[in-house]
Amino acid sequence: MALLDIIKLRTQFPSQDGMVKAVDTVDLLVAEGERLGLIGETGCGKTVLGMSIVRLLQPTTSIEGKINYKGRDILKLKEEDMRRLRGKEIAMILQNPTTSLNPVLKVGDQIAEAIRLHQGLGKREANARAIEMLQSVHLPDAAANANQYPHELSGGMRERVMIAMGLACNPEFIIADEPTKGLDIKTKMQIVELLREATLHKAMLMITHDLGVAGSICDKIAVMYAGELLEEASSQEILNDPAHPYTQGFINSLPSRGLLPIPGTSPSLICPPSGCRFHPRCRMATKTCEMKHPEMVQIEKGHLVRCHQFN
Amino acid sequence: MIEVYDLQKHFASGFIKKRYKPAVQSVSFAIEKGETLGLVGESGCGKTTVGRLLLRLIEPTAGKIVFDGQDITGLKHAEMRKLRPRMQMIFQDPESSLNPRMKIGESIAEPFRLGLRGRCSKSEIRNHVQELVDIVGLNQEHVNRYPYQLSGGQNQRVVLARILAINPEFIVADEPTAALDVSVQAQILRLIMDLKRDFGLTMLFISHDLEVVRHMSDRIAMMDKGRIVEIKSSKDN
Ligand SMILES: Nc1ncnc2c1ncn2[C@@H]1O[C@H](COP(=O)(O)OP(=O)(O)O)[C@@H](O)[C@H]1O
Ligand SMILES: Nc1ncnc2c1ncn2[C@@H]1O[C@H](COP(=O)(O)OP(=O)(O)O)[C@@H](O)[C@H]1O
Ligand SMILES: [Mg+2]
Ligand SMILES: [Mg+2]
Repeated sequence: MALLDIIKLRTQFPSQDGMVKAVDTVDLLVAEGERLGLIGETGCGKTVLGMSIVRLLQPTTSIEGKINYKGRDILKLKEEDMRRLRGKEIAMILQNPTTSLNPVLKVGDQIAEAIRLHQGLGKREANARAIEMLQSVHLPDAAANANQYPHELSGGMRERVMIAMGLACNPEFIIADEPTKGLDIKTKMQIVELLREATLHKAMLMITHDLGVAGSICDKIAVMYAGELLEEASSQEILNDPAHPYTQGFINSLPSRGLLPIPGTSPSLICPPSGCRFHPRCRMATKTCEMKHPEMVQIEKGHLVRCHQFN
Repeated sequence: MIEVYDLQKHFASGFIKKRYKPAVQSVSFAIEKGETLGLVGESGCGKTTVGRLLLRLIEPTAGKIVFDGQDITGLKHAEMRKLRPRMQMIFQDPESSLNPRMKIGESIAEPFRLGLRGRCSKSEIRNHVQELVDIVGLNQEHVNRYPYQLSGGQNQRVVLARILAINPEFIVADEPTAALDVSVQAQILRLIMDLKRDFGLTMLFISHDLEVVRHMSDRIAMMDKGRIVEIKSSKDN
């Protein structure tokens, strides 16, 4: 059954130069217990998609479409119900722990505060639970680490604190935004392992620009480009048999796959290219690609692609 | 081109009771003219410290550094300053080596204006800047922008253009693409490979990513806890 069913989501920001179409008509399903990876280059709209689900965007943002969570449209919830949902059922582990953690609060207190807010526990119980959470993310000395400030911890430890905070209220659905960004390879693998363990019987949307990380933990991967989804399939298929020229280019640019760059740069989200958004950088582009916007088509069971070669 | 003998660096820590922590211990290697030596290892193992020692941005605790046949370990400030343009460093975040209040074009023009490339007229400088902007794959429209108006990848291109303007012989590239997306990383690394070949540069290429270092280097030095544990050809496995 679908836990999360996103239908024609459009999220736009007003700006001096026009509307920034950060998420443009995205359809996405996350089944119960499924881990879905969302990959794409910086600025393509991944974080905005995640923030739209938990509704943590500034009030001037325009959000259209439906985000059904367990059959209820999140976008129609009252702010109060939304707050309850955020605390108990859906947790977002925000990008960049350095700026997301409060620098003047001890990390244990930050987690305890979240627990008290959402679970109505008393101060002592919340503190004890915070230490338990820090233990569960394998901090070396949870009781001592709880008494430290964010800047006293390494990057990997701060990411663990972020994860502990996200898991503290035992959510059913976790959105993790770039949880391995800026970490060295060893720490990265440890964090992936931790997330795997923590989401064993839960659903997760993992936002990342790291295909290796997405491939090693997610069941499915969705590829985003300039606000749109271009391809969606099982992780194995995306990694071994990608269909969209952009996904192919993305994979070939990995150092382990040849370090072959995609020419050009990511397009503007204010006035994206006509037709297929990827056409100016695509080695296979034809006149049609320039003129006509391709629809998402299924090329195999569970493998969707938005590219004219498959029409 | 560059030789290092038994290089050591200890950092002092603690205010009252000074304790000395060895960040680099007994490191020796040589880089031939036109060669790229890759330096890999986990974060914190001392790679950046080695790079900074080579360029004498920090003082070694012990050891000897020879650049182009000249022992530079004990060189005085003024003597070192004359050598500086011949050795340059590229950092992980390009913004740290660009002046935020200078337009891109001015940043690239600065080495010419300072006379590092001999006397140049205004129009000559403009031509040089134009040429460099093309070489690193930027557009003329970027010339009048400020660093904050460009992406990380574009700013790293600006840094490369500026370095080419200085025209060094030796470059230390310290994780130059660690902050970039894979697709932009591939573009920048390919560009560095091309520039290295076309300008005959000698390079120390630092990264924690062995795959990246394999692509970029002729030989690879593996570093662990302040020591170089192995140097091998990047063709071996
Ligand atoms: N609050 C905002 N106001 C205006 N534009 C925004 C805002 N947040 C994000 N954007 C723009 O939306 C686009 C998508 O951003 P984001 O989702 O953060 O990208 P990603 O997470 O894929 O790197 C970017 O072009 C970004 O500049
Ligand atoms: N200026 C400094 N003062 C004190 N310790 C330092 C300084 N610079 C680096 N170190 C320490 O030296 C060690 C090696 O650091 P670094 O050379 O930056 O490693 P790498 O570049 O391989 O990640 C680390 O333990 C780091 O904390
Ligand atoms: Mg993001
Ligand atoms: Mg370093």
